[in-house]
Amino acid sequence: MARYKGINQLSGLDRIVVALMIVVPTVLVVWLVWLPAISSVLLSFTNWNGIGPIGQAKWMGLKNYHDVVTIYPPFWPAVRHNLIWLAVTFLVSTPLGMFLAVLLDKEMRASRVYQTAFYLPVVLSLALVGFIWQLLYSRDQGLINGLTGSKIDWYGDPKYNLWAALVAACWRHTGYIMLLYLAGLKGVDVSLREAARVDGASEKQTFFKIVFPVLAPINIIVLVVSVIEALRAFDLVWVINKGRNGLELIATLVTQNIVGEASRIGFGSALATFMLLISSVFIAIYLRIVMKEQR
Amino acid sequence: MPRPATFEEYLASLVPPSVRGLDRRTLLTGGIGLGALTLAGCGDGGGSSSTTSASSASGSASGGSSTAATGTVTLGSNQSDAVPKAAIQSVMDAFQKANSGLTVKINTVDHNTFQENINNYLQGSPDDVFTWFAGYRMRFFASQGLAGDISDVWTGVQGLNDALKKSSTGDDGKQYFMPSTYYPWAIFYRKSLWKDKGYEIPKTLDDLKALGAKMKADGLDPIAFGDKDGWPAMGTFDQINLRVNGYDFHVNLMAGKEDWAGDKVKKVFETWRDILPLHQADSLGRTWQEAAQSLQQKKSGMYLLGMFVAQQFEKGAEQDDLDFFTFPEIDSAIGADAIEAPIDGYMMAANPKNEAGAKALLGFAGSAQAQGLAVASDPSVIATNSGVDTAGYTALQKKAVEFVASAKSIAQFMDRDTRPDFASTVMIPAIQDFIKNPADIDNLVKNIQAQKVSIFGS
Repeated sequence: MARYKGINQLSGLDRIVVALMIVVPTVLVVWLVWLPAISSVLLSFTNWNGIGPIGQAKWMGLKNYHDVVTIYPPFWPAVRHNLIWLAVTFLVSTPLGMFLAVLLDKEMRASRVYQTAFYLPVVLSLALVGFIWQLLYSRDQGLINGLTGSKIDWYGDPKYNLWAALVAACWRHTGYIMLLYLAGLKGVDVSLREAARVDGASEKQTFFKIVFPVLAPINIIVLVVSVIEALRAFDLVWVINKGRNGLELIATLVTQNIVGEASRIGFGSALATFMLLISSVFIAIYLRIVMKEQR
Repeated sequence: MPRPATFEEYLASLVPPSVRGLDRRTLLTGGIGLGALTLAGCGDGGGSSSTTSASSASGSASGGSSTAATGTVTLGSNQSDAVPKAAIQSVMDAFQKANSGLTVKINTVDHNTFQENINNYLQGSPDDVFTWFAGYRMRFFASQGLAGDISDVWTGVQGLNDALKKSSTGDDGKQYFMPSTYYPWAIFYRKSLWKDKGYEIPKTLDDLKALGAKMKADGLDPIAFGDKDGWPAMGTFDQINLRVNGYDFHVNLMAGKEDWAGDKVKKVFETWRDILPLHQADSLGRTWQEAAQSLQQKKSGMYLLGMFVAQQFEKGAEQDDLDFFTFPEIDSAIGADAIEAPIDGYMMAANPKNEAGAKALLGFAGSAQAQGLAVASDPSVIATNSGVDTAGYTALQKKAVEFVASAKSIAQFMDRDTRPDFASTVMIPAIQDFIKNPADIDNLVKNIQAQKVSIFGS
C-alpha cells in the first residue's frame, strides 16, 4: 500500500468527508462546551439578574469572587464537603469496589448473582438513591432508628447528614467501581498469573506486584470517575434538603444562586468558575498521565 | 412614616413613592378624596398609554361576564397542596360555567419549584395567567416587563377596596395583580388540648416562657417547629421582630435600609435564642407539614405558622378545634398589634396568548363569587373581596377576619417583603445557621449585614 502523502492525495469527496468530520465536532464542542464555559466566566464579572438583555448588567470586576470567599458563609463548607466527598469516594468506594471485584473474579458460586446485586444501584439515579435511603434514615419512621431505638435525625442533623449521604452515594458508586475493576481483571493475561505462581509468588504478592500494575489504565479511569462523581455530586443532596444545612456542595450553591428565584447569575457564575478551576486541576493531572503513557 | 392605623392604610403604604406622588397630584388638581385615589391609577394609565386602552376596549372584562373572549386560557398554578388545588379547581369550574366559550387549562406545579423557577418560567412561554403574591416581587416583575397590565380589569371589579388596589399596583402606577385570598400568621393551638391541661393564652413573652415550661413538664414539645424548607422560620423571625422593633422597622429592614448588624436585629435573635429551647428539636430535618401533624396529634402544644396549618387538619370538628392567638407582647412600648397576612392572587403574563380570556379570568378571580368558592374549598384562607358572604365561614375563618381587622399594621412576609435573592441565598442559610448554633449571634448578624450591603448595593 502506498504511503499516505498528505491531503493532496485525497479525492474531492474524501476531502469533504474529512472536513465535515473535523468541522461538525468542532462546532459542537465550541457551541456546547466552550461558549457556555467562557460566557459563564464572563458573566461572573457582572451582576446580571437573568432578566432582560445582558447589556444592562453592570461590570463588577472581581467583586463577586471577593464576596464568595469573604462574606458568603456556605462557600468554604461547600469546598470542604466536596473534598470530603472526593476523599470518601476514593478511599472507601474504590478499595471496596476493587475488593468485591477480586472476590467475584474468583469464579465462586453464584458470582453472577452477587455481581448483579452489587451493580444494581448503579442503574438507579442518585435522586432515587436519596429517596430509597430516606426509608432507612427517616428520624421517626426509618428502619435504622426503628431497629436501634436512636433518635438521630440522619438527614437533618448537620453532624451526620453528610456522612449519611456519603454512605448512600458509596452504596451506588462501589458497584460502578467494582464493574470497572472486574472488566480490568478479566482482561489480565492468565499467563502472567501462571508465571507468577510458577515463580512461587503468594496470592497477595501476585495481586499487588503483578495484577495491580497491569491494571494501571483502569486505576486512572477510576480516579477520573471518582473525581467527576465528587464534583458532580448534586442530585443526592438536592433531594435531601436542597444542599443546605450541612450538605452544602459547590454545585448546589451554583444552582441555588442561578436557577432558583434568587437569580444571582453573576454571583452564581463566580461560584461555577471556582468549580471549573477545581476540575481543571484534576483534568490537567489526568491529561498529564495519559500523555505520558502515550509517549 | 407613621405606623398605619388600619389595614387599608398599610396597603396604601406599600405603594411606591412614584405612585403616591401621582395620587397627591390628582388630589391637588381638584380630586375628591378617596374616589380620586381609585381613579388616579387608571386615569393616568389611560391617558399615557394607548396600547392598554385599546386592549381594554376589546377585552373589557367586568366580573367575568365578558362576551368577546373565547378559546382556551392557560393557568399556571403553584397551589400544589391538595386543599388549595381543589379550591382553584372549583373556582375555574365556576368560571367555565359562567363563560361557555372559554376553557381553562390548569398547569399545577409544585409550590416550591414554581417559586424557584419563576424567572425562567416568565421569560420562557408562561401560561396566560399565573398565581403569585402581593409584595416586592410582584412589583419587580411588573417593572421588568414580565407581567401584563390589568388596569382595565380592575375598573370592572367590585368589592376590592382601594387599599387592595394599591397593593396590586406596580411602580408605574398600573395594576398588575388580582388579589384572591389571604391568611394571617399567628400561634395556633388545639382548644381541646389546652382545655384539658388548663393552659391559658400568653399575653407577654414571660407568660409564653412559663407556658412552655409547663408544657415541657407535661411531656409536650411546647412549640412545633420545622424548617427543612428554609422559609417557615422566617415567620418566627418576623413575628419577634415585629414585637421587639415594630412594624416600621420591619419594613425598612426588609427594604435594606436598616443595619442588620445593629443592636435591634441582635435583640431579635437574642429573644429568639431565649425561647429556642421551647421549640421542637431537630427542626432542620422536618417539614412544616410534619410539624403541623405533631400539633394535630397533640404532641406539640402550639405552632407559629400561617393559617394554612389548618390544611393538615381534617375539615369539620378537627379544624373547629383549632384556634390561634397573636404572638405575645415583648415590649410594651411596641405592643402586639402588628401582624403578618400575605395576600395570594393572580397575575397575567406579559404577552398572553389569549388576552381577552386571561382578563376575563382575572376579573372573575377577583369577584366575590370566585373568592366565595375559594374560601369554601380551603378554609385556611379568607377572601379579600368584601362582597363575600362571611356567614359560611368556619369559626377559624371568622376569627381570622376579626384578627386581621383589629391589627394596626399588616406585613406580608420576609420573602415577599424583601429581595428574593437576599431572602433565599442569605436569610435561609443564616437562620438555619442560627438554629444550629444560636450562641454566635454577633458573627451571624455581621455576616448578614456584609451580604446585605453587597446585594442591595448600599
